[in-house]
Amino acid sequence: MQDMNTEDIVGDYAEHTLTFADSSTRKIYTSNEETYFPDGCLIVSRTDTKGIITHANKSFVEMSGYAIDELIGQPHYILRHPDMPPAAFKDLWDTLNRGEKWHGYVKNLRKDGGFYWVYATAIPNIRKGEVVGYTSVRRKPSLKKVKECESLYPTMF
Amino acid sequence: MSYNFTVSPDFKPDLISGWFVFNTWLQKQLDSNIHLELHNSFKELSNAIDKQTVDLVYSNPHDISRLVRDEGFLPVAKPKSKPDEAIIATSAESNVNSIEDLSSAISIAQTDAPDVNTIGMIMLEPADLAKDELQFIDCATYVVIAKHLISGDAEVGFFLAEAFNELSGLVQKQLKPLISSKIHMIHHALLVGPKMHDMIEPIQKLLLNMHQEEKGRKILSDLDIADWEIMDYEEAEFMIDLMDTLVT
Ligand SMILES: Cc1cc2nc3c(=O)[nH]c(=O)nc-3n(C[C@H](O)[C@H](O)[C@H](O)COP(=O)(O)O)c2cc1C
Repeated sequence: MQDMNTEDIVGDYAEHTLTFADSSTRKIYTSNEETYFPDGCLIVSRTDTKGIITHANKSFVEMSGYAIDELIGQPHYILRHPDMPPAAFKDLWDTLNRGEKWHGYVKNLRKDGGFYWVYATAIPNIRKGEVVGYTSVRRKPSLKKVKECESLYPTMF
Repeated sequence: MSYNFTVSPDFKPDLISGWFVFNTWLQKQLDSNIHLELHNSFKELSNAIDKQTVDLVYSNPHDISRLVRDEGFLPVAKPKSKPDEAIIATSAESNVNSIEDLSSAISIAQTDAPDVNTIGMIMLEPADLAKDELQFIDCATYVVIAKHLISGDAEVGFFLAEAFNELSGLVQKQLKPLISSKIHMIHHALLVGPKMHDMIEPIQKLLLNMHQEEKGRKILSDLDIADWEIMDYEEAEFMIDLMDTLVT
């Protein structure tokens, strides 16, 4: 995946290099700008069985800051924020691989370096008995739960 | 052969005659015997589905999962630009102005419309209330919900957005919407059961052409439906997956 571009970043930022499960790396920039979840909306995306984005709704596009064409065909880790402990995503994939529903609070990285918190649910898409992909739906998280995660997640590295 | 048609019990009372006229029209067009039976509650509808006495149904999104995945129903069409959205409202006099202001035990007035209640519960989550802090008041109609809010018996009510917007001005003035859903992807749909699978294409053709005739346009308008759109199997599965992520 392409590195982030400092020209897209709004405000002061820090630089990190992420290494993903497929061993690829990406240089990213993070700022402290929080974008709040839009009231009444759901952020929806679907992936293939490998986690490559195949569908994203309007709220997804708006919250991530990317254009739709920049999302479709990309791995879902395009949103990976360095403050998210790897154990959270391991749990997500382990749960989905058992054919079960996963819930969790996720801090996501925007194209402009800012972040947004969501309460996410992911499920396998089963067609004729086979998993053909995954759907994730995010809703507005409670502030109290986000605060809890902000203290818990740094202890999970 | 004769078939049974039913309509999700959350239809507005003034649409009843529209559904009967639609049924008569469909019978004539298909040259088949179709009996329309309306059920008074989602529970009654569920019993009818259990007994396999439903062949054609205008279904609430919540029931589509069971119909398609367990009962062999297939999607036929959906009403154009008519998503089911929900509104959580309180009394205009309440000092609650947002969901996050709801901080202690509350009573919720709701109908038995399962999709509206599911969306309502999701929109309530940011208030971070525990299950035992929620009390439910079951209401027969949205007007009854409004009355409970105005009298102060209930703190919040779950409305179908369309129904909220159709409350009289006088009632609406005494209410305050706290949040409205903008999901766009959850909607009713017309489905057929196994006995009618071979009629999907003829029905789709009829529905798509409905708005081209005077009579068809009148029926659509009496059903509050602008037009029909084809709904394919994958779209139904997608909506089922989506609904599945919203129920715990
Ligand atoms: C349906 C679905 C949705 C996902 N949504 C996100 C997301 O919003 N943010 C995120 O960082 N990872 C998301 N992931 C997880 C990523 O695929 C990936 O596991 C994660 O970003 C960590 O990267 P890594 O596993 O390569 O280390 C999602 C995965 C699936 C299957």
